[in-house]
Amino acid sequence: MSSKPTTLFDKVWDAHVVRDIQDGPDVFLIDRHFIHEVTSPVAFLGLKNRNVSVMFPERTFATADHNTPTINQHLPVQDPLSANQLKALEENTAKHGISHWGLGNPKNGIVHVVGPENGITLPGMTIVCGDSHTSTHGAFGCIAFGIGTSEVEMVLASQCIMQPKPKKMRINVNGEMHKGVTAKDVVLYVISKLTAAGATGYFVEYAGSVFESMSMEGRMTVCNMSIEMGARGGMIAPDETTFNYIKGREKAPTGQAWDDALVYWKTLKTDEGASFDIEYNYDGAEIEPMITYGTNPGMGMGITALIPSAEDIDAGKASFAKSLQYMGFHEKEPMLGKKIDYVFIGSCTNGRIEDFRAFASIVKGRKKADNVTAWVVPGSHVVEAQIREEGIYDILIEAGFELRQPGCSACLAMNDDKIPAGKYAVSTSNRNFEGRQGPGARTLLASPLVAAAAAVTGQVTDPRTLIA
Amino acid sequence: MAYDKFTVLKSTAVPLPIENVDTDQIIPARFLKATKREGFGDNLFRDWRYNGDDTPKADFVLNNPIYSGKILVGGKNFGSGSSREHAAWAIYDYGFRCVVSSFFADIFKNNSMNIGILPVQVSDAFLHKIFSAIEADPNAELEVNLPEQTITILATGESESFDINGYKKHNLVNGFDDIDYLQAMREEIVAFAQKSRY
Repeated sequence: MSSKPTTLFDKVWDAHVVRDIQDGPDVFLIDRHFIHEVTSPVAFLGLKNRNVSVMFPERTFATADHNTPTINQHLPVQDPLSANQLKALEENTAKHGISHWGLGNPKNGIVHVVGPENGITLPGMTIVCGDSHTSTHGAFGCIAFGIGTSEVEMVLASQCIMQPKPKKMRINVNGEMHKGVTAKDVVLYVISKLTAAGATGYFVEYAGSVFESMSMEGRMTVCNMSIEMGARGGMIAPDETTFNYIKGREKAPTGQAWDDALVYWKTLKTDEGASFDIEYNYDGAEIEPMITYGTNPGMGMGITALIPSAEDIDAGKASFAKSLQYMGFHEKEPMLGKKIDYVFIGSCTNGRIEDFRAFASIVKGRKKADNVTAWVVPGSHVVEAQIREEGIYDILIEAGFELRQPGCSACLAMNDDKIPAGKYAVSTSNRNFEGRQGPGARTLLASPLVAAAAAVTGQVTDPRTLIA
Repeated sequence: MAYDKFTVLKSTAVPLPIENVDTDQIIPARFLKATKREGFGDNLFRDWRYNGDDTPKADFVLNNPIYSGKILVGGKNFGSGSSREHAAWAIYDYGFRCVVSSFFADIFKNNSMNIGILPVQVSDAFLHKIFSAIEADPNAELEVNLPEQTITILATGESESFDINGYKKHNLVNGFDDIDYLQAMREEIVAFAQKSRY
């Protein structure tokens, strides 16, 4: 064993380099590859054109999530283009012997929810998917990141991609977090400090007591949004919380294999004295519930703050003005009290059981505001079942909400779940880009607690005023 | 061999001086439903380019006939957000072969090079000079020389060099792609993968 202190990131990265190309990228081995219906068809077409087979079909897992409907999933998919992509995924996976959890399968759900849920995601793995939120799996101490379709084809053909090694960033958040402040607020706060491009070229390790005390669901929320500050990915060292989450899940190791894995997993942490290219420190006590006011995830603020003015912003003034114009907001006005039209809780960012527990904690005993249309979309069938078992379903129904079926839904609005032009949506998803949730839609990113407070009051509301 | 070779490109350019152009703007998600890589150029910058009733927005640069060319010049942090390679496909299919910006998002940069589009990262100052040159004369040409790794504003002769790793440069100049390379080291990969922990 080397005596030189090493980062968690380097430990995992270096164990996966098949070949280091001089003046070029590393040939990087991928342990687990997730695919879905939208970014895989052209990759399979490429394999066919090259007459190449899948090198390790048992290391790839498919689920349908991006364009699937969230109601009436037992009926044929209405949109012919979506139906065609779902059919292509089914045919391609069958042809190449790849596991496929399609629409209607009890294990179906959003790729970054079902991977961890079934114990496919394990510490120290390298994981890719043709989806930028693959960074979610970093919560388990994995190097996980999104790739393009050419790279999906590469992984299918060779189980490798070509990847230059990113620089290393550590983000430390310590201190006591206030009540009503969640993992989503922590990550929106960090992105607001670093900007939407502030971590481009870096791989992030999140460290400090705030992350250590988070649940796995919270850690997944944080790692999920690493890409929103441009980072290749983000990771958190595995610990007892991680091991307890994994134990007993379907594809998790058992018996002697579990004991052996545990010995290895416990080595997956940054050694004392290891160095990073850059490091940031934040105080958890400084963070309040967050909300975004603009058109990229870096444009976030504490919910009681005022929208900044162009002078306070480093970025281009023209782009800032364009953004506020799109949102219909003005400099230096409060977000609190702004009337909203839609609430979306779900997505790979906040579509896990803990998110629905948080949502229900505020909704319980209250009613959905009349001016609000709410889409409550679990991340998977397993989450949906938990919602029912834990009585959250009854709370939702009592308060005037409906529960939909799993999928990416209004996060990217590929299916029918589109926010109409000009309408305001408080959304627990990850992107507030122009038109992300439907052409002309205006997105306010927030935590499940802020979403719940908006859903029951019909306006942007500080959830702390509703927590007993 | 997957795409056209890229050596020297001399062309007018289309200016898009907006920062943080994300891939949802380049191609909105509702146009990602194809199972083939065809026709994405029609929906490039769809919601900036067309009104809700599909009529062109007169003030958007792609609808302004005085601007054309094979080079797209964008503001800082171009291509952020979703990993959709469809964004690069749309840019390529529309006819661009090179995108210039002072900063690119990682995944977009990889995706572009993987399909034969050259992303050229220049300094903020040089980007400003390019925008000024095009503003002064929409027919101003840029020359992008990949073997020399330079970009030149031909009207003024101002030039800047850009970075690209030797491996990717070799691929682009010759029209090779990564899968060609990976296929050639298949046995080495299989041996490595079979010894790996997972």
